[in-house]
Amino acid sequence: MLEKLLFGRYIQGSSYVHKMDPRAKLIGAFYFIVVIFLANNWSTYLAMALFTVLCVYLSDIPLKVFINGVKPLIWLILFTVILQVLFTTGGESYFSFGVINITSFGLLNGAFIFMRFVLIIFMSTLLTLTTMPLSLTDAIESLLGPLKRFKVPVHELALMLSIALRFVPTLMDEASKIMNAQRARGVDFGEGNIIQQMKAVTPILVPLFVSSFNRADELANAMEARGYQGGEGRTKYRELNWQLRDTIAMLAFVALTALLFFLRN
Amino acid sequence: MEEIVQLNNISFSYSEEDLRPALNNVSLSINRGEWIAVIGPNGSGKSTLAKTINGLIEADAGEVIIGGTKLTEESVWDVRRKVGMVFQNPDNQFVGSTVQDDVAFGLENIGVPREEMLERVAKAVKVVNMADFMDKEPARLSGGQKQRVAIAGIIALAPDIIILDEATTMLDPKGRREVIETIQQLKKEQNLTVISITHDIDEAAKANRIFVMQAGELKRIGTPEEIFAVGADIIDMGLDIPFPEKLKYQLARQGLAVPAEYLTEERMVDWLWTLFSKM
Repeated sequence: MLEKLLFGRYIQGSSYVHKMDPRAKLIGAFYFIVVIFLANNWSTYLAMALFTVLCVYLSDIPLKVFINGVKPLIWLILFTVILQVLFTTGGESYFSFGVINITSFGLLNGAFIFMRFVLIIFMSTLLTLTTMPLSLTDAIESLLGPLKRFKVPVHELALMLSIALRFVPTLMDEASKIMNAQRARGVDFGEGNIIQQMKAVTPILVPLFVSSFNRADELANAMEARGYQGGEGRTKYRELNWQLRDTIAMLAFVALTALLFFLRN
Repeated sequence: MEEIVQLNNISFSYSEEDLRPALNNVSLSINRGEWIAVIGPNGSGKSTLAKTINGLIEADAGEVIIGGTKLTEESVWDVRRKVGMVFQNPDNQFVGSTVQDDVAFGLENIGVPREEMLERVAKAVKVVNMADFMDKEPARLSGGQKQRVAIAGIIALAPDIIILDEATTMLDPKGRREVIETIQQLKKEQNLTVISITHDIDEAAKANRIFVMQAGELKRIGTPEEIFAVGADIIDMGLDIPFPEKLKYQLARQGLAVPAEYLTEERMVDWLWTLFSKM
């Protein structure tokens, strides 16, 4: 299960999307999440879906990878969709029992929410799959740069984020190692009632926490030993440069917004 | 000979409740270009000693002088530029998200301009034979490769002193050999001073001098010959002895008259064949 999680994973490539400036990608992904709330009928959702598929196509990453990315969240999505379907009133009623109402509005809303979830996940997966974590943090640092004036510790936030992302696979490996080690000692995971299952998590969590503390300590030592003194006076190995392709991508987003305003009712 | 590291009466305890200090009145001096091995049982203060040298730990008493500079709160960053340190766990010292970012991390910290940085990173990864792995993430590298990246990160900074804090402990024999050979090569080329904290006794046997630590004190200083000549004492401390010494011990038990002095592998072979031709 842990291997399937796509969060924070990066797939190497040299596609159009890969070569984009991380700032453009970050702005794009955020903007997409905002504009998707403009969509309110079939044609707008179709436009959004086509736009997403185009982006996926431009990234040279098989669609299957994205579908796998949705899978771990499918229960959360279905839960929300079912709540919508069961409790939305209005429109033509097909079935009614107490507070439960299945109506045409409910079904439509359910379908839209499903689309919204899937498209947002696709877009954010696209962002993390085509952008190296460190470029992403560089982008965040650069975009939040103006906030430094208001004494927001931008560099520190970006560094924490980049370290967090870098340690995701390492900690996942460790979690599965600990799980197997505890299994070998006879701990049952995923069995018994809720209370028993929650208790079974403790022997994973505690060692994971303790080892994270040790890791943090050692990492801090290693960073200091290599002369890390904070953001002041640091130069950058990675350079962000905004190219024509980024401007084109931004224009595509503007066009998409215009199209949405035209199509929505 | 130029003295590069000098410790005068260093004492340190991690907390006041500790019954015995982690370092107790340690004094030593190391010359430029020397390879020093620090050996001792677990908890004998080896790592604490290493951290004292680059100022990660501030000693309670005594003074540390690195390349003529006394270690103080003001000079600590200058000292750290002279001392590179490679730690034990390759995963926990990997800061960057790819090999090249990690190697560049130290250079970014000291404000090296980008063009020079690209050059130095490329050179450093080549030295450790990782040039084909520039864009790989740590999760995709083996322990030995990660450790070589850690060394590249230090090489790029071009320090005068490299401290290996059990840097080869988590590697397989091949990875260990490669890492040691890389450092030996570098030492020859750049007149580096190497302080290697190790449990690998065969590695220690190759050093110029060995420091033996026990219970926070520096028990013995000497060449490998001098240290291993007192083999029994070393075993009593819970440490191992090199293979030729073990062989000598076993031969002595068989009733053979063995030479008293320490034998390297080569000299052991020499001695064996001369012995054989005399019989």
